[in-house]
Order: sequence, then structure tokens, then C-alpha cells
Amino acid sequence: MAWEYAPAPESRNIARLRTSYGMFIDGAFTGGTGGSFKTVNPATEEVLAEVAEAGQADVDRAVAAARKAYDKVWAPMPAAERGKYLFRIARMVQERSRELAVLESLDNGKPIREARDVDVPLVAAHFFYYAGWADKLGYAGFGPDPRPLGVAGQVIPWNFPLLMAAWKLAPALAAGNTCVLKPAETTPLTALVLAEICQQAGLPPGVVNVLPGAGETGRAVVTHPGVDKVAFTGSTDVGKQIARSLAGTRTKCTLELGGKAANIVFDDAPLDQAVEGIVNGIFFNQGHVCCAGSRLLVQESIADELLDKLKGRLATLRLGDPLDKNTDIGAINSAEQLAKIRELSDIGDAEGATRWSPPCELPEHGYWFPPTLFTGVSQAHRIAREEIFGPVLSVLTFRTPDEAVEKANNTPYGLSAGVWTDKGSRILWMAQRLRAGVVWANTFNKFDPASPFGGFKESGFGREGGRQGLEAYLCAGDGRSGT
Amino acid sequence: MVRAPSSGGLGDVASSDSSLRRFLFGLPGVDQVGAEARAAMLFTRSIKKGSKVWALEQAIRMIDLTTLEGQDTPGKVRALAAKARRPDPSDPTTPPVAAVCVYPDLVGVSVEALRGSGVHTASVATAFPSGRAALATKLVDVAEAIAAGADEIDMVIDRGAFLSGRLLEVHDEIVAVKQACGGRAHLKVILETGELSTLDNVRRASWLALLAGGDFIKTSTGKVSPAATPPVALVMLQAVRDFAAATGDVRGVKLAGGIRSAKDAVRYLVLVNEVAGERWLTPDTFRFGASSLLNDLLMQRTTQRTGAYSGPNYFTLD
Repeated sequence: MAWEYAPAPESRNIARLRTSYGMFIDGAFTGGTGGSFKTVNPATEEVLAEVAEAGQADVDRAVAAARKAYDKVWAPMPAAERGKYLFRIARMVQERSRELAVLESLDNGKPIREARDVDVPLVAAHFFYYAGWADKLGYAGFGPDPRPLGVAGQVIPWNFPLLMAAWKLAPALAAGNTCVLKPAETTPLTALVLAEICQQAGLPPGVVNVLPGAGETGRAVVTHPGVDKVAFTGSTDVGKQIARSLAGTRTKCTLELGGKAANIVFDDAPLDQAVEGIVNGIFFNQGHVCCAGSRLLVQESIADELLDKLKGRLATLRLGDPLDKNTDIGAINSAEQLAKIRELSDIGDAEGATRWSPPCELPEHGYWFPPTLFTGVSQAHRIAREEIFGPVLSVLTFRTPDEAVEKANNTPYGLSAGVWTDKGSRILWMAQRLRAGVVWANTFNKFDPASPFGGFKESGFGREGGRQGLEAYLCAGDGRSGT
Repeated sequence: MVRAPSSGGLGDVASSDSSLRRFLFGLPGVDQVGAEARAAMLFTRSIKKGSKVWALEQAIRMIDLTTLEGQDTPGKVRALAAKARRPDPSDPTTPPVAAVCVYPDLVGVSVEALRGSGVHTASVATAFPSGRAALATKLVDVAEAIAAGADEIDMVIDRGAFLSGRLLEVHDEIVAVKQACGGRAHLKVILETGELSTLDNVRRASWLALLAGGDFIKTSTGKVSPAATPPVALVMLQAVRDFAAATGDVRGVKLAGGIRSAKDAVRYLVLVNEVAGERWLTPDTFRFGASSLLNDLLMQRTTQRTGAYSGPNYFTLD
């Protein structure tokens, strides 16, 4: 007697999908000079829409519009008025939350449950949070009269398309900057709906510009001489290229890059919740999370027990149609990413680690990879060192707290870490020693707009979220010009 | 005091107060925030169409239809028994419920009214709901219910003893009641989780009751608030799952108190399915202690069957 849940799909009509999308420049949607590209549903490989691609001329036009809006409207505007626009955007995101969630799921491949319960609520929360800061910047700790930098060029990734747009736009706008945002080429749609929300909120033309495109468009944005500040979230390789291209210029830069986070489970951990934390750490959003807990460090004395529980739990994960409200694991975002995950997993096999996946039927069409864990992994294995950015967990063991810290820190990255123990003092002891921007205690992948997020080492620099997140978009009120 | 027969691989953890304490306090802790988050996530599952109809029918089969009031009368119990046999007179395909649950003095009435139906009679006992009586009194309470024909005994643990750390005393009392059941009646052990205050305590009390031989662990008397809650159900389901993994012995969980809507009942079945496992989705291993829940299940079932929502006047109030 099996209780099969009937399909419970969210209706795709809610997404109000259009056949083509333009770019958003100077308050209006327009075609562009760079031709167009198609965005597909990674769960089915069906083309969702044709999207205008921004060329150099479009970038020039967007930066000019942003400059004009900065000089004439946005920076001179009373800060409380800026805040009102952000509050309005936050409310409109809430009003259209269902549409945004379905569209995000279609374009990205993530489960509707996550888009609905995590991504979109956090987007609204981010705008609400920074709306509140707009008229209180003098109390943010950057001098009595901090000033905006000017035009921000922002390039965001495909894993949380709308949320990353919110992380970039909200603090920049609250601080008085104007923005030129480039969404990822595989997931441009929700950022364009957010642009529409900005338009409907009456945001003055040029304050927010959204330019879809691929790497070339991104390069044109970040190297544009009219851009005062670059913010990038994405791979460490591209981050390094950006840092090199901006070296020696006056352009300010913050980077939020890759990670290979350790999720550390001690023998006195609340085991059932640790299992949930491990699952949430690496299988949330198919592991397309820069701060994913992709290395499980488990104390040797409980390794077998924990792995048994973990495997039992993985067998209950529901992989399939991202629009089904009961789906836990959605599609891999692109064929390219799927190839990368396969390649690194094959390397894991070749290096002698043991691969395990629960019995799991993959859909025929689309890009899919089953939840996977590797045991018998050592620090020297590539799957323990390189970011896979997929639903693949490497399991390592340790014996003592010192060894856990050493292994956790033994990586070029340093974005996040998790510590699981019932002992409060050990949490603090670990947090002092872990070289990671975020340390979660008895939880993982928990986000809040009030909490700063960012990396150590090659995971980047600068913080997003919280009071600290304003710093990237302000210069201290010490008399020097921000532009 | 007689010891419980040693269960599976767990040996003699209840051979002394200290070894029992070591065992129960050696169980992994429960992180309240994480447990609440997991239960809340499972409550978002969307159960539709055929899977919903199945769940509604199964939930009806899992109900212990309960009346535990000072004002209970034989007439009231007979009415409840009639409802238990045929919950929906207008639809003979409706399954009967699992049991009728009453106070010991009304067991005879219920047994008589249910004869031949396959529906069990459950009796609360052991100075329900407070459990504040001498052990001898509690055992007489149980013996009388059994003598009157009860198939199932719902006992309460001594929460005072549990909270003050007299764990072996609680254990031995359950063992004594189990013996009084004499193999004739199934034993459900009520933990009264609303008085245990922490999920760590819920886990320890669950294991304590399972070690002592309880066939079911049950959340609440229904007389204390909060009664059954999602995180408490989660922790108890984990306990029976882990107990079965350790001993091979499959025990049940009964949620009682506060579950009134069909929607919540279906959500709890999701919890059973995804936390303990499919194996537990039967009346032998999972029960709802409820009264008003039944009518909502019947109403929703009719709605699924006919496509129209008929309203409460079409269902009997008993």
C-alpha cells in the first residue's frame, strides 16, 4: 500500500509569460542593438521567451540614463522620499508574489515551494529592510553625512535571479545610487518583471536599468567608464577577471564569489535536525548556492549513524516537475552546468570516492541530476576542493575539534560554514576560528536582510545585507568626492 | 518490581535507574527551531485528488472516537458507538473508525454496542487525566476496564515523577500496567507532552514508554493545552522509527487533542509518511484521538466524491 501524492502543479498561466521581453532603459522597455537570445525552461528544454540582448550602445545609453537620473533626480531627492519608492516596490513584490514565484521556477528550474517560500518573501523583505535605512544613513556608522557613489553596475548570477537583483538594487537605491543591472543570460525574466514593478511604482526614469545579456554585456557594464561602482555575484574565475580589469581604476568593487563550505557535525549534535541541515545545506536549490554546505565534516564516532539517517532522508526527497508544489529537487539550470556537475562527479569516481544516490527516476527531458553523496572523500580529492555547484555532497570525517577547524579552513574559499552541536561554548569556539563570512549554528542556508553576507579569501570581499551592506554603496562623509 | 522483557538490541537499559538515565540522556538532543521548521515544511505538502481521498478514508479508519466528559451517559456512548460503526449513514462505503474511547465505567456499554462491528473499545485508565493516584488504585482501574471488555487501554504516565527525574518509577509503572493488560489489551501510553515542556523531554519520555512495552505512545489527554502539535508529532514519530530500527519492533503513535480539521489530519498523515515511513500509515500503528474531526473528514470526503460541499447539517452530531 503506497500513498502516492497526486501531482499538485501550480498553474504556469500565473507567470503571465510573454513571447518576448525587451530591456529596461531610462524608464521604458525597448529593443536593443545586440540582437536577441532565447531563455528556456531547464525542466523541459522548452523555449520560454525571446529576450533582447544589450549591446555596447545599449550599455552606453543605460549608463547615461543612470547618470542623468543620479545627478538630476535620485541623489538630490529627500532620503525619506527615496525610502517611499522602496517601500512601494516591496509591497508590489508582495502583491505579485505568486506570479514572480511561478516565473522564477519556470525560468530557473527551482521548485515552486522554494521560489514561493524563500526567494520571493526574501526579495520583499530586502526592499522593506533597506527602505527603512534610506533616511537613516547618518546612523549607519559611516560618518554623519555619507554620500552615494553614483552609478552602480551590477552583474548577478542565475541561481537566485530575483533575490540577487533585490540584494543589489535595494541597498544601492537606499543609499542614493542609480543602477544598471545585468541578469544572467539563462534567467533574465524575473529581473525584467522587477523592472516593470519599478516602472509601475513610478520610480523616476533611469534610476533602475535592466540589461539582459551574456558575458559580453556584463563586461561592457563593469568596464564602462561611466560606472562608479561594480558589484558582482558569480564565479570566482569571472570575479578575478573583473578585479583585474578594474585594478588601477577609480571604480569601487565588491565581489561575492564561490564557496566550498564545511558543514561540521559533532557527536553531540541534534542528529535529526543536523540531517535536515545537511539536506538543506546541499540540496536546497539543487545545490546551486554559493554558500552551499558541500563538504560534510562529521565526527568519526557518529559517522555511520549519521550517514544511515542521511541516506534514509535522501530517499524521501521528491525530484521532478519544479511547478509541482510537492517537489523538493528541481532541474539543473542549464546543459552547461549539468555537464560540469557530471564531469566533477566522474572525477570523484575516478579518484576513488564512493558515489551514492537514492533510487530516483529522472525525467526524460530537461537537465537533471539526482541528489548524490560521496563517501570516502579526502581533502586531496577534487570533489572536496572545487565548487561543484550542484546537488553533490562530499563526506569527510574528523576526530577532534582542532582537526575540524583545520579541514574546514583548508580551502581557497571562505563564504560560509555550519556547526552542529548541543554545546553552546563549542559553537562560539568554532565561530572564532572558522575563516568564513557566515557561520551558521545548528542551522544552514538561513538568510535575513538584516544579516550581512559575504566572503573571506577567494569567496570575495564586501558584504551584502544589514547595515554593513550599505557600506559598498556609500562614501564616508569626510569631504572627499564620491564620484 | 518486574522488569520489562529486554527489547532487541537495547539489552537491559532499564535494569537500574542510572542505566536508564544514561540511556535516555544519551539520546541525541532535539533542536526546537529545526524541529519546528521541518514540521512546518511538511505541513506545506499539497495533497490533491486521489491521494486526498485515500488520506481522508485512511484518517477515518484511524480515529479513536472519543468522549471523556464527566457528563457522559450510557446513551451518549451508544450514540457514539453507532456513529463509529457507520460514520456516514448516507454512504455505506464509508469505513468504520478504529475505536471508541471512553472512561472505564462506560466500557461495558461501548463493548455491547460495538459487538460484531470490529470497532475496538478503548478505555482511559490509571487515574486519567492527572495520573495522581496510588499505583494500586491505577491497577484496579485498569483491571476493571479489562474485565468489562476493553481492547485498548490509554494510560497516563506520572509526569511529576518524570519531571523530578524518577525515571525508573515511571518505567516500572508502565510495565505494571502492561502486565495488568495481560496480553488482552493494547497499551497506549499518554505522555501529556503539554506538561513536558521540551522536545528533549518528549523524546526521552517516548523512548521510556517504548522500552517499558507501550504498544502506542500518545501525545495528550486532551485536557491540557497545548495538546498534539506538529513538532511533538515529529519527535514521537522519529522515536518509533528509531525504535523499530534498533529493535525490529514496530510500535504506534496516537495524536490526541486539538486536531479538528480534515486538512490538519491529512497534514499529519504526511508527517507520518515522510518521518516514520509508509509502514506506519495503518490504524495498527497510527491513530487520531478525536471527536469533531470525524465530521470534517466525512464532509471533505463527500465533497471529493460528489464535487459539492454539503454543509454540516448533513452530518450527524452525536
